[in-house]
Amino acid sequence: MTDQAVAREVGRSRLRKEDARLITGQTNWTDNIQVTGLLQLAVLRSPMAHARIGRVDVSPALDRPGVVAAFSGADLADGLGSLPCAWPVTEDIVLPGHPPIAVDEVRHAGDPVAVVVARDRYLAADALEAIEVDYEPLPPVLDLEAALADDAPLVHADKGTNRSYVWPLATGESFAAVRERAEVTVKRRYHQQRLIPNAMEPRAVVVTPLAASGEYTVYSATQIPHILRIMLATVTGVPEHKLRVIAPDVGGGFGSKLQVYGEEAIALAVARRLGRPVKWTESRSEGYLATHHGRGMIQDVEVAATREGRLLGLKVDLIADMGAYLMLVTPGIPILGAFMYPGIYKMDAYEFTCTGVFTTRTPTDAYRGAGRPEATFAIERIMDELAAELGLDPVELRRRNWIRHEEFPYTTIAGLTYDSGDYEAATDKALALFGYDGLRAEQRERNARGDTVRLGIGVSTFTEMCGLAPSRVLRDLRYGAGGWEAASIRMLPTGKVEVVTGTSPHGQGHETCWSQIAADVLGVPFEDVEVVHGDTRSAPQGMDTYGSRSLAVGGEAVHRAATRVVDKARKVAAHLLEASEQDLDFTDGVFSVKGSPEARRTIQEIAFETFSSHDLPDGMEPTINAEYLVDPENFSYPHGTHLCAVEVDTETGMARIRSYVCVDDVGRVVNPMIVEGQVHGGLAQGIAQALYEEAVYDDEGNLVSGTMTDYLVPSAVDLPDFVTDRTETPAASNALGVKGVGEAGTIASTPAVVNAVVDALRPFGVLDVRMPCTPERIWQAVRSAAAGKEAAA
Amino acid sequence: MIPAAFEYTRPESVDEAVRALAAAGDEAKVLAGGQSLLPLLRLRLAFPELVVDVGRIPALRGVREDGGTLVIGALTTHHDVLRDPLVRRHAGLLAAATQTVADPAVRHRGTLGGSLAHADPAGDLPAVVLALDGELVVAGPNGRRTVAAGDFFVDYLQSALAPDELLVEVRLPKTDGWGFHYEKFHRVAQAYAIVGVAALVRRDDGRIAEARVGLTNMGSTPLRAVAAERALAGADGPDAVARAAELAAEGTRPPQDVSASPEYRTHLARVLTRRAVLAATEAR
Repeated sequence: MTDQAVAREVGRSRLRKEDARLITGQTNWTDNIQVTGLLQLAVLRSPMAHARIGRVDVSPALDRPGVVAAFSGADLADGLGSLPCAWPVTEDIVLPGHPPIAVDEVRHAGDPVAVVVARDRYLAADALEAIEVDYEPLPPVLDLEAALADDAPLVHADKGTNRSYVWPLATGESFAAVRERAEVTVKRRYHQQRLIPNAMEPRAVVVTPLAASGEYTVYSATQIPHILRIMLATVTGVPEHKLRVIAPDVGGGFGSKLQVYGEEAIALAVARRLGRPVKWTESRSEGYLATHHGRGMIQDVEVAATREGRLLGLKVDLIADMGAYLMLVTPGIPILGAFMYPGIYKMDAYEFTCTGVFTTRTPTDAYRGAGRPEATFAIERIMDELAAELGLDPVELRRRNWIRHEEFPYTTIAGLTYDSGDYEAATDKALALFGYDGLRAEQRERNARGDTVRLGIGVSTFTEMCGLAPSRVLRDLRYGAGGWEAASIRMLPTGKVEVVTGTSPHGQGHETCWSQIAADVLGVPFEDVEVVHGDTRSAPQGMDTYGSRSLAVGGEAVHRAATRVVDKARKVAAHLLEASEQDLDFTDGVFSVKGSPEARRTIQEIAFETFSSHDLPDGMEPTINAEYLVDPENFSYPHGTHLCAVEVDTETGMARIRSYVCVDDVGRVVNPMIVEGQVHGGLAQGIAQALYEEAVYDDEGNLVSGTMTDYLVPSAVDLPDFVTDRTETPAASNALGVKGVGEAGTIASTPAVVNAVVDALRPFGVLDVRMPCTPERIWQAVRSAAAGKEAAA
Repeated sequence: MIPAAFEYTRPESVDEAVRALAAAGDEAKVLAGGQSLLPLLRLRLAFPELVVDVGRIPALRGVREDGGTLVIGALTTHHDVLRDPLVRRHAGLLAAATQTVADPAVRHRGTLGGSLAHADPAGDLPAVVLALDGELVVAGPNGRRTVAAGDFFVDYLQSALAPDELLVEVRLPKTDGWGFHYEKFHRVAQAYAIVGVAALVRRDDGRIAEARVGLTNMGSTPLRAVAAERALAGADGPDAVARAAELAAEGTRPPQDVSASPEYRTHLARVLTRRAVLAATEAR
């Protein structure tokens, strides 16, 4: 067989075929869905962080115009089990129940206490105000360390502790031993502030019951229609085969829609109770309280090294804020990061511990990067601190410790096997694009001059693990499911192609990329391919979209399913052309007989021949359709070098990014334009953590940054022009050679920016600025460092 | 979020609007561009029984001259203010500050009068009109009256407008020949100013003959930095300006909120006043 896999489509910046409908909004966003008799659900939420619920009287709401029903938590408790946690990370984890509507106690501001169902959303919102709830305040639990004290007030009194779990990892030599022989140690505490994901489309759910047959269709703005179906069956008792879950077009998620939410279960329970369709749509400020948050950790990090700058060991102690409940993968998020703290560096000892702590705040869970940004931040920040301690250039320190390109595949101290990479190439390219030496010279000159505006340079040589995930690894990590992905290909009689994927796009451009992959393998025009997704009836198998997995696992499945189609079509072609399969060439969608090119059939013709089935090989099943489920052998490991130059106005504390260069290696690229877009968006979100965003709570546990006025999401005008480039080292773990790019920019950029801010202030004696590096914090850092110097002098 | 129920009326004239306001007692709110009112309604922080939409009263739009005074209709959008050649020529400070208001979408909807009547000390334009020694013309059941900007801003989100009065015009003495600058300090483009400083400088023979400094977000109303203004009169050179700017926060009571402490705002007011005055001195 001499197939030529001609890449006509893969590698090409195709305009995204889904954009016309996404950008104009002429599509089925969940909130756009209208069905006859649709009722609107509204949720009354706790105004307090922690309280015992006394009386809940929904009856005054029933007297309001247009109200059809109103329920308290107790009213619905019969039909609603606990919301699921699929990742109990330790055997003895403290895993409290999580009622979709609170029954006895509310544990964070925004915890649902009652619902109203009305003819429209205005009436529903008005009626909420009539519900009477008596709260008996309980102490809020907000400080992560204080929460672990023996006499701390408890979030879940019946559990007797706020400690959910302690998860340790120790590999290589003991850290104590390498610390003993180390010439230098550096220890720092970093804070990962809480972030609010801010998907462009708020959450929404519509449930339509078919009472006669007991069937329910759930439309939800979710990343995970397949997982949601299984979990809703468990939570509500509606049998799985009677549930159809549809994720229509979904406007972003960033992990926040990788969740099984109370409102999804409530809407199903209420539609079931009333026998009528219901819709719930979240408002932005409601989402700030009720959609899970990201990050929220204290990191104690210590490195041990030789005077020459060779890393000997790393020790990491985390305290991770779970929030009030363990949601779908809440406890696992810091554990995903556990394997990434060593980054791209070689060392002899690694110790990690994570303690998960309950607080009376909105639960945390996956947010773009999910554990890996926190890990990358810690190692990349402390590498800069170590470089300063040793008087080494931070890039040079990294060179002395990273895995060299000829050492791949390389098994890291944390036990991961990095299949490929070339840190030298990405770094050299980035340094040249950035003009590193020139900027260093300018920095020295400004420092010497005592300029009030200082220049800082930050570097981040990151890697991450994505392409989630090998199922056996998930088993070892106690995750409740596998990490495979499914694709099937339907060859339609007219030669058009349907690619059915188990991934569930919410803005990434899967329809375009999967079309490019299928078009190349099948040799059909890009335009002839349609991608079907997000409906458990039309795309019944899938593990959905998160963790930069879709391309490396789901795209790989498309590739392999398409290859199977070609294999089947070859049998039909050989039969029709009266040749042996070995004598057929397959190029650009055409089977031809070697040596007699006029004897040919296109794969699209074969599709019709198979449909008619008039003349198939004896005994052949009359289809060339195929499916493939891929369980990845390994994670994939994108990497890259990011460089950031920041100007810091030391009078006002304002930090302004002057230039940003990144060279990413995400393996083989299917669509360069989409990769560029993912990098830009990722950078924006990572920079946002460094400089702008923070979920701020007051001492009572109220979310103070409760609207976009106070929670600062930067827009394009607030960000610099990004210089992006790539190196391309194919992944060895999949046939496409792809790695994934959904999270890389976010993971890499946060430490690059903070490193730059601290680098600018190092002449003042500043060792850290807590994120977000607000102007006031920077101003205070300069002031207290100056005061400290004076005191010392 | 969903606003509470309210009645809605869209008068065609100022008189009709005033009658509607008067009939509603204390329970009406004026809707102009909606950039401040609609968020308050949606967050259920305001519960008016009646919304009086003045958006279709053409007489309230536009810019004209009245001798040494520039007269801007209250309903003139930020976008139209920015584009207006008379504003650029005779009230450059207003144009410069308006350019920093939020984003193009807001500037196409939001109005100068709405921004002033909302009386948010964190808004950019109240301090600017205060620095320009502007006057505000309001219409009520008994006709029109003129209120000096210094008397118009009473407290946080509270103006001198009676419930049955409508802001109709903003009168700004022309500042031809003055140097001006608006120094806005905010973390992202769409965020409120943590502190803003509006500076106007009239020079005479190289020295500063007269300076006016308006402060955004340094108290419950927009403020003038009176002590700094006094010290700036006759100031010659950057050092003198810097010394005068040290007085910029005198008499202010800056707020504590999620974006800054009073201490930091006090510091910023000094730094930004120095910068704004120096920029105004250099630019014309």
